[in-house]
Amino acid sequence: MHGKTLTRADLAEAVVRKIGLPRNESQELVELVLGEISASLARGEPVKLSSFGSFGIRQKGERIGRNPKTGKEVPITPRKVLVFRPSNIMKERINAGMPTTAKAAE
Amino acid sequence: MRKIYDLTASSRFGTLKKIEEFQTLFNRCPVIKSELVQKISATNPHLFHRDVERIVNVILDEIIDALARGDRVELRGFGAFTVKHREARQGRNPRTGEPVSVSEKFVPFFKTGKELRDRLNGES
Repeated sequence: MHGKTLTRADLAEAVVRKIGLPRNESQELVELVLGEISASLARGEPVKLSSFGSFGIRQKGERIGRNPKTGKEVPITPRKVLVFRPSNIMKERINAGMPTTAKAAE
Repeated sequence: MRKIYDLTASSRFGTLKKIEEFQTLFNRCPVIKSELVQKISATNPHLFHRDVERIVNVILDEIIDALARGDRVELRGFGAFTVKHREARQGRNPRTGEPVSVSEKFVPFFKTGKELRDRLNGES
C-alpha cells in the first residue's frame, strides 16, 4: 500500500516551496531540525511536538532472546529504546480525507 | 512542569536503582516545540524566530501530509515514519465487558534509525 517514499530532500523542497528559502539553506534547516531532535533524545530528554506527536525514551531491562537463525538463546542487554506517540491530530489527519477501503485496495 | 509521580509507585519497583532509572527517564522535562525553535534560532541568528517556527511546522506538516497520502517518510539516521493498516475488529469495553465494533483504521508508526538508536545507548 505504500506509494512514494519521502526523504530529507522532499522535506527541504517543501520548505523551498512554502517558505521561499534558497534550496541549500532549506536543506541545512531540515538537517538542523532533525539534528536538534536527535540531540535532545540522545541526552535522554523526551521531545514533544504539539499537533505532531511525542518521542519518549523507555528503559528496557535485560531479557533472554533467541537467535532466529540458529535457535540459540542469547541474552539481550539492557537498553534504551525510542517510542513515538502520534498526536490525535496526526491520527485524525491520516484517517481523514482518504476513503479507507480505497486505500486498503492499493 | 511534569507531574511528580506518586511515591507509592516506587513500591512497584524492587531496587533503588530501578526507581532512579524510572525517574531519570520519565520525570525529565520534555523538550517542547517552542524550545526546539528557540535552540535553532539561537544557532542561526540570521533567521527570525517566527520563520524558524514556520519552517519546523512546514517540515512536520509535510511528514503528516505524506503519511495521509499513504506514503512513507524515511530520514536516514533518524528513523522512518510509515502508516500501518488495522483491520476492523470486534473489541470490548474493558470496564463493562460490552462488545464494541472498532472500524478499520490507519495508524502512524515510527521506527528508529540505526544511528539514533546507537546514540541513545551511548555508542558513537
